[in-house]
Amino acid sequence: MSTSSTTVPALLDVTDVSKSFGTVQVLRSVSLQVARGEVVTVIGPSGSGKTTLLRCVNFLESYDSGSIRIDGKEVGFRETGARQRRSERDLAAMRAETGMVFQSFNLFPHLTAAGNIMLGLTKVRGKSRAEARTIAEHWLGRVGLAHKADSLPAELSGGQQQRVGIARAVAMGPKILLLDEITSALDPELVGEVLEVVRSLAEDGMTMVMVTHEMAFARDASSRIIFMADGGVSAAGPPAEILAADTDNERLRTFLARFRASHF
Amino acid sequence: MGYALNFNLIWRHFDKLWGGLLLSLELAVISIAIGIVIGLVLAVWYVSAGRIVRTIIAAYVEFIRNVPLILLVYLVFYGLPTVVDIAYSAPTSFVVTLSLYSGAYLVEVFRSGLEAVPRGQLDAGKAIGLTPWQRLLNVRLPTMLRITLPALSNTFISLFKDTSVASVISVPELTYGAQWINFNTFRIVEVYLVVTAMYLVTGYIMLFALRLVERRFRAAR
Repeated sequence: MSTSSTTVPALLDVTDVSKSFGTVQVLRSVSLQVARGEVVTVIGPSGSGKTTLLRCVNFLESYDSGSIRIDGKEVGFRETGARQRRSERDLAAMRAETGMVFQSFNLFPHLTAAGNIMLGLTKVRGKSRAEARTIAEHWLGRVGLAHKADSLPAELSGGQQQRVGIARAVAMGPKILLLDEITSALDPELVGEVLEVVRSLAEDGMTMVMVTHEMAFARDASSRIIFMADGGVSAAGPPAEILAADTDNERLRTFLARFRASHF
Repeated sequence: MGYALNFNLIWRHFDKLWGGLLLSLELAVISIAIGIVIGLVLAVWYVSAGRIVRTIIAAYVEFIRNVPLILLVYLVFYGLPTVVDIAYSAPTSFVVTLSLYSGAYLVEVFRSGLEAVPRGQLDAGKAIGLTPWQRLLNVRLPTMLRITLPALSNTFISLFKDTSVASVISVPELTYGAQWINFNTFRIVEVYLVVTAMYLVTGYIMLFALRLVERRFRAAR
């Protein structure tokens, strides 16, 4: 597994990103580098800015200052001249390079499992329906749902829907995958099947940034953990270091203590 | 009261009613079709526009919804040609009126449907790299349609019944046909019983067809 100290330029480079919703500052000068193939987990109390940070990376949210680069390319703003939002067409093209999986699945309800995956492949990647179908079936197979290709989202369990959500994101061939609390809306017995898919993607070398409350999974699957508090990065490091009970970061210690108290 | 029902005269003039019903349907279908276009365009424009455009669209909707249809029919048929230099037949004039009228109601139906599409679905559309236009066509409109279908059915049937107002400017639709038979035969009870049944049956057939469409869409959710 690679570490953050590589000399290769980072695949994702977040530098000094700040953002406010009205008078509330949700991101305070956040910086974060993710190398190719790395799995980075973001943890922290609710309201600490984790989800907002993730949504800034594919510009579902704009940010007020700082820069976010993927593969050296500025995500939401034009690179020359004054700070200016990219055109919607450019933004769409940039977003196609990042995959995102959502807490509430957000499958398109009128399309089948395969149809959900094929939409981006045909409309954005310009594949024929036949090609798209082949790719969709391949990824549905990868997430263990080959037999559900023609099922509508309403006919699938939460865990199955989320696996389709993952297949939809990775089928586009993104450079980086963003996972936003993807197991939080699932019944406990369905969490495992979804995490298993994420684990296998990590083994394939997929670069991932995930926000999660699954500490055991974060410890096992990630190369680095970022602890966010009050919109800023409070601690960052390898799992063993961050999740140690005797950390001298008081915010982190309190968070972990509360977390253990409520989960065990 | 020795009123004896006698339907013979009604059947003798039934072609007036049958032809009237067909014209009613034609007026409704054309007006609703134009109304759908007006409604869709304005609703999509509304949800993506700034305050000025929104105010103008809202004014149109409020004006139409707060003025009785019969007055609008008079305004367009008698009023408009005296102010501007246009001439049109009564049926055309009525189609213009009912189109504007149905457009206003359908803007409301479509607008609330568009606003009811869950934000997460639009985010998902963005996240896979769809452009705004692609998101509208492939994500937002299909979901909006499924949300609005029940309300749409009601509006369509209501608009079909509204075609009876065209009788006030002598468009020979179903209600006008009934009036004609009434004036010429004085079988007032019989003719309005028959016409009521014709509106009812047609309305129910429309409702049944629209419910079938709804069910198909609901199954696909």
